[in-house]
Amino acid sequence: MTPFTTLTGIAAPLPLANVDTDKIIPARHLKTIQRTGLGVHLFDTLRYNADGSENPDFVLNREPYRHAEVLIAYENFGCGSSREHAPWALLDFGIRCVIAPDFADIFHGNSFKNGILPIKLPRAVCEQLMEDSRLGANARVTIDLERQVVIRPNGEEIPFEVDALRRKMLLEGLDEIGQTLAHTPAIGRYEQQQPAWLSGPGTTALTSTSA
Amino acid sequence: MAEAPRSLFDKIWAAHVVETLPDGTALLYIDRHLTHEVTSPQAFEGLRASGRKVRRPDATIAVVDHNVPTSADRLTAINEPESALQIATLEKNVVEFGVPYIPLNDIRQGIVHVIGPELGLSLPGITLVCGDSHTSTHGALGALAFGIGTSEVEHVLATQTLLQKPAKNMRVTVDGVLPHGCTAKDIVLAIIGRIGTAGGTGHVIEFAGSAIRALDMAGRMTVCNMSIEAGARAGMIAPDDTTFAYVAGRQFAPKGADLEKAIAYWKTLPSDPGAHFDREVQIDAATIAPMVTWGTNPEAVLPITGVVPDPAAEPDLERRGQIQRMLDYMALTPGQKLDEVPIDVVFIGSCTNSRIEDIRAAAAVARGRHVAPNVRALVVPGSGLVKKQAEEEGLDRILLDAGFEWREAGCSMCLGMNPDKLTPGQRSASTSNRNFEGRQGPGGRTHLVSPAMAAAAAVTGRLTDVRELLA
Ligand code: SF4
Repeated sequence: MTPFTTLTGIAAPLPLANVDTDKIIPARHLKTIQRTGLGVHLFDTLRYNADGSENPDFVLNREPYRHAEVLIAYENFGCGSSREHAPWALLDFGIRCVIAPDFADIFHGNSFKNGILPIKLPRAVCEQLMEDSRLGANARVTIDLERQVVIRPNGEEIPFEVDALRRKMLLEGLDEIGQTLAHTPAIGRYEQQQPAWLSGPGTTALTSTSA
Repeated sequence: MAEAPRSLFDKIWAAHVVETLPDGTALLYIDRHLTHEVTSPQAFEGLRASGRKVRRPDATIAVVDHNVPTSADRLTAINEPESALQIATLEKNVVEFGVPYIPLNDIRQGIVHVIGPELGLSLPGITLVCGDSHTSTHGALGALAFGIGTSEVEHVLATQTLLQKPAKNMRVTVDGVLPHGCTAKDIVLAIIGRIGTAGGTGHVIEFAGSAIRALDMAGRMTVCNMSIEAGARAGMIAPDDTTFAYVAGRQFAPKGADLEKAIAYWKTLPSDPGAHFDREVQIDAATIAPMVTWGTNPEAVLPITGVVPDPAAEPDLERRGQIQRMLDYMALTPGQKLDEVPIDVVFIGSCTNSRIEDIRAAAAVARGRHVAPNVRALVVPGSGLVKKQAEEEGLDRILLDAGFEWREAGCSMCLGMNPDKLTPGQRSASTSNRNFEGRQGPGGRTHLVSPAMAAAAAVTGRLTDVRELLA
């Protein structure tokens, strides 16, 4: 995973609450077997007209927001499905940070695992950042994960909270599975004490087809 | 000192902590892992790239459901090359990694959240995950079951664990007797209408109370299924005799002495009196009516006797804008009676409502009636086994005679990844769980309802209070 330390970039305003995962990327675009290449489908229904042309009113179709690296939105961002295609699409477009008053749980977790930093800030602060972002390219925002501050274009610093372990993983770009595999002996010990009724279906039970 | 009283969630959580990291994050053991074709390819690819194996193939199971066609000729004709590639990729991965797999031609194939309980893979007291948010369904058995993203799918495949912070406890108590014509679907829609789509964020919801206890397992699954629609991490219902009777005899459930030991343990799981809940919500079942959604998220829901809300009556400006936007998308006018809204398509299926009980409820309304002209009505059983049982009971005949389509198992029009989709502007009455814009196909308009309500809409051609049709 690409580490995330600091980022200075254009923020795009998306003044919507309950941005669901079908809005971030509709199911018909989930038929890929790769993690990359989904950026073109990001916000598909908002971004494109029925004939496939770009909707000129949608923020990410306008300069300078085509180059946005930060997204500012409102409550319950990422609600809906568990599809990791949502952060993959954001990342592939170039978004590395989403700022909102709160996030749906699964999306929140999925973001960290893909090097995207979701930042929770109070609604009033999001509104302020939303205003800043409307100033476009002259109003870049800085995210400093090391110091846990968002720096507004006017230099004002806004502190934010982030889970310590997730912060470390992001800062160092750590592979979570690699970290967990270091606990293999403990996992093995845990398995030893599991009751018999818990044993799984086994690997042979389903190899035949009984149609 | 006596142990502090614990909730159902607290007990299952504690029994699965392998280790606690210094910051309080738990390494949580996962007992069962269900996988499907849409959210697993990148996870297996990740394992391959790093030379890792599946730690517990025997606790993992794979099935195709999301984008398989539901037409009778589907074994020979998956016409969408990308869907075919996802299915072929899963079939290659299960062989390479030794994961048990239920192929399309196996009668046990079906929606992952239908077959888990049906085959006895989902059990009380276990942790169960799947790369799909509606994994909360399995909480109906008294399991801790939740949806995960693809990175976590890979993490579970490689380590059989997840790094998790404990969730907060919430309890929704539904007491009283559910009125005639109301179902588990109406209960859960009423709950979401009350607490909102983010009402459960950060929490695991335990559903309790006499109206929940009175539900059969299918109804409990419907309720837990939609916990995620309230933003909850998971939903659960304490296991009881209804649960034990359901589990006994299922293909992969424990048997004999193992089952007895398991039941003795499962009986210790219900929340202790005095267990702490961070949030409590009470609902009187008697106040619930058949529900229907009018907007583009599941909290935009009203009793069928209601009218489309008027944005002008909403004092909060942002909320007013949201209502207006939803009405524009749904092509509804303020004050319009909900039971006068005409529909084009009826979809009875999905992991929310495709079990035998759901199909019986639909058939009971359809019996002796006929689907209205210009309405297309699909019934998609949740699994091959549900389909078989329904056919043994003659439900397929009742539905076919009434003009419904009777299809093969899969997710189908729940999310429009397979050929079953709404076309732009089409309006559906659907037993699925999400009414987001475009969920059932681009430009499609979804009204979420119970199976009986969906069947009622099919025969009248409009959203209908099913109580008018029930004797
Ligand atoms: S039926 Fe719908 S909600 Fe359920 S698993 Fe399939 S796509 Fe997801």
